Amino acid sequence: MRLPLAVLALCVSAGLARAAPDAQDFETIARGRALTVAADCQACHTAPGGQPFAGGRPIETPFGTILSSNITPDPDTGIGGWSDHDFVAVLQKGRGRDGQHIYPAMPYTYTARATHEDDLAIRAYLATLPPVRRAVNDDTLPFPFNIRAALGIWDRLFFTKGTFRPVPVKSAEWNRGAYLVTGLEHCGMCHTPKNLLGGDRSGRALQGYALQGWFAPNITDDRRRGLGSWSVDDIVSYLRTGHNRFAAAAGPMAEEVWVSSQGDDMADLHAIAVYLKDQPGQDVSAAPLDPHRPDMAAGAAIYADRCSACHTPDGAGVAGLFPRLAGGPSTQSIDPASIVRVILRGARSVSTQAAPTGPGMPSFAATLDDREVAAVATYVRNAWGNAAPAVTPARVAADRASLADRPTD
Amino acid sequence: MPNRLPSRDVAIIGLGWTGSILAEQLTAEGLDVVAIERGPWRDTPTDFNVNTMPDELRYRIQHELFLRPAQQSLTFRNTLGQEALPVRTWGAFMLPNGVGGGGTHWNAEMWRFLPSDFVLRTHLTQRYGAAFLPADMTIQDWGITYDELEPFYDRFEYLCGTSGTAGNVAGRILPGGNPFEGARSRPYPLPAMKQGYGHALFADAARNLGYHPFPQPSGNLSAPYTNPLGVQMGPCSYCGFCEWFGCANYSKASPQTTILPTLALRKNFEARTLCEVTRINLDRTGRRATGVTYVDTSGQEWEQPADLVLLCGFQLFNVQLLLLSGIGTPYDPVANTGVIGRNFTHQTTSAAIGFFDKAKYNFNPFMSAGAIGMCIDEFNGDNFDHGPLGFVGGGYMGQVQTNGRPIETTPVPPGTPLWGHGWKQAIRDNYLSTIFSGAGVHGSFYSYRDIYIDLDPTWKDRFGRPLPRITIDLKPNELRMSAYLTDKYAEIIRAMGARQVVSQPRKGPYSMSAYQTSHLCGGAIMGTDPRTSALNKYLQSWDVPNLFVMGATAFPQNAGYNPTTTIGALTYWAAHAIRSTYLKDPGPLVRA
Repeated sequence: MRLPLAVLALCVSAGLARAAPDAQDFETIARGRALTVAADCQACHTAPGGQPFAGGRPIETPFGTILSSNITPDPDTGIGGWSDHDFVAVLQKGRGRDGQHIYPAMPYTYTARATHEDDLAIRAYLATLPPVRRAVNDDTLPFPFNIRAALGIWDRLFFTKGTFRPVPVKSAEWNRGAYLVTGLEHCGMCHTPKNLLGGDRSGRALQGYALQGWFAPNITDDRRRGLGSWSVDDIVSYLRTGHNRFAAAAGPMAEEVWVSSQGDDMADLHAIAVYLKDQPGQDVSAAPLDPHRPDMAAGAAIYADRCSACHTPDGAGVAGLFPRLAGGPSTQSIDPASIVRVILRGARSVSTQAAPTGPGMPSFAATLDDREVAAVATYVRNAWGNAAPAVTPARVAADRASLADRPTD
Repeated sequence: MPNRLPSRDVAIIGLGWTGSILAEQLTAEGLDVVAIERGPWRDTPTDFNVNTMPDELRYRIQHELFLRPAQQSLTFRNTLGQEALPVRTWGAFMLPNGVGGGGTHWNAEMWRFLPSDFVLRTHLTQRYGAAFLPADMTIQDWGITYDELEPFYDRFEYLCGTSGTAGNVAGRILPGGNPFEGARSRPYPLPAMKQGYGHALFADAARNLGYHPFPQPSGNLSAPYTNPLGVQMGPCSYCGFCEWFGCANYSKASPQTTILPTLALRKNFEARTLCEVTRINLDRTGRRATGVTYVDTSGQEWEQPADLVLLCGFQLFNVQLLLLSGIGTPYDPVANTGVIGRNFTHQTTSAAIGFFDKAKYNFNPFMSAGAIGMCIDEFNGDNFDHGPLGFVGGGYMGQVQTNGRPIETTPVPPGTPLWGHGWKQAIRDNYLSTIFSGAGVHGSFYSYRDIYIDLDPTWKDRFGRPLPRITIDLKPNELRMSAYLTDKYAEIIRAMGARQVVSQPRKGPYSMSAYQTSHLCGGAIMGTDPRTSALNKYLQSWDVPNLFVMGATAFPQNAGYNPTTTIGALTYWAAHAIRSTYLKDPGPLVRA
């Protein structure tokens, strides 16, 4: 076991003569911890209020809710009894210990890009955690999605095996960013559009996707709907602190920043930003709606009355505190799920060590009706140079109804 | 029997300004800190929701953020011979409750006291002779100088993002600031707020009369700010809902907007809300606090042992808790012995309303802020010669109108019908063209032998403990001061162009019914002599050295300024003494 691993490690570690992973080696464990943080394993593998990594968190999928597994070293209910081979098979092949297919709620289509050596480092770190005895029901999906054999077909359609291959013409930093974004960081899990079967629409990687009542925005370099107006440093600041001069992380991204990226290596964050900035935008031309439309006029008045005290009359916001609404993806995404949600439900941005304030926006559900929410959202999406499709009162009504069933976050 | 909890390094009673500052300072020192707060947790987006916060009926009239008298109250009388009766609805002052304490609902007027205020008795005696002071006046020096406190004033101002124009930086008098202020080591962190028309007009009139107007130092921020703890604040939107309200815009300095986000991230900090401390426990010697006992909402009693106890509640309840816990000797005004309850003071506020010609003046009073305003300090402290005047003390004065809220801020000229068409017409005629600063004159309140706090012999709180009893009245010195200052103020309002000025100097007897300010001071004062003070100069109890008592409770008398900046400075001063000296060698920091 040792020799081939060492050979593999030598193959992938550019210029760094690392020893074969030793499960008790300090450096391996430390690197495994950093990778576990980068991969954000803890977020999904921890139930609300539960012990870290002990699983049981409900993961929403389009086909039903799945409970995450216990990945502490408990021998019976966790992965303590697993071999390294078993562990690597999950990350690389999407196969459980018994050889059965696992559901792609576990991002194995991404973790497969990680090197064997990194997989084992994660394993080495997880083995150091306190074992937690907590059995998790892993068969919660309704028929027919509970037939795991069907996942073999899914894998053939949407799963490309194989570790990451560097692109020689790109810089080492770009390649590091690509390795993380398309691999362990699994950004596309939320930010890449999915087809009807939940597979990534790989031709539209990182162009945004609606999930959990939010729209995970386009994070390509698209000028209007993506990160085109952000610099590399803006992206690093956002991932590191949850805040930058434009935006504040809320919802699932707040959790990602809290559990994962605020603890990421600065060089890795920089690499991620460099890679994202190199993802070409779509730059589809768009014209703002006519400001004289009734909904635009009403929206402008509501904005002045309800929003401008914090977000400022020109939509510039206050850096680090009140998000900028002029420009950027959070307002101009084609799918308005996030902006409608934030107006109806309010949102709490993440409080991090580097930016502890964690400002929040209150809910306007009780003071603005569906027409008013639609009008002000439409206005914000089409003021100050913004351009995005109008939000209809029917859409707001539908979102209001579906949000009523969601727990607060 | 109370349930006994595992011991902690520090137990803090009350999580307002002083509790939050000390919790931040001592968790930074690595200590394990628990703060026990009788009211609820409150934070900006949920509790100070911008949709619902500008609601004068709910917050101003119905007192949403404040203590309920059924939870805890006090009894009141003017003089020793009277029977005190319980206060069943708040009037003269407001009693805070909940996380943030008074720091959530204040206006955020951020004044420093004058250097002479800290050595008041020495200063006045030197200038005017001991016989100039009324015989029953018990003013004292603080045992600390302005220069000692200056670095800590600076810390609090920079914590809060204070907006103002410095008048004296390192001894250099600067144009546009307060030329009377003590030397500050550096300017305010932010420039002064913008001023409304009425405020600017006051400054013009004052300048024409030979005074030196300057913008009121403000904890409503003029610009975005990141404080030394990394917490960010936004610029004030001049909505006019500060005092009585929480700020929905992250732009009024409060524990919520300056400290709590950092504190919440510290694993060695815990806040236990809706838990009311009923007693500070002492060991058998009575010289050492062993912790506190508190009651939760289920009525369950808990004992929280701690090595260090920090009493950080509101002034009145700090004194009550000391008396109930048997710490220090209760003050006896007849025998003139004891210290707990001694030198209780308030603030002598007054006003002059200016009615202007509505065809010529539109002040847009609704566009305002808690600490906006243009002020003069010519008549504060001992900035003017009291010799010919026959009183001591003074105050700042200014056009400091904080709001144009529709229920409270509808001044009408005397003689207007109290209701009906005539009243409504008068409001229409005057709303936009009246200068109405509720506390335009912010006078001092010096201490007297028979103004004090003790435990009521009759009335009990819900735990069966005696209510605190206040005995307070307005003395001739304060009434003369108020009359003189209010006249000076009315002159300026008249010079602004008012067609009618209604002067309202403070009149006695002290009344519990109309709001004055919430600046109750004293009762467990700091000083140099344990016979006349409860605390040493580091706010440490003379009697129980592992107990420190924060807040205006420690003021020997009240100056002609709002107290919070001095409270914040004293808290940082005490925190510094605890960190640099006490923790290395726990014991008395000053030998009695």
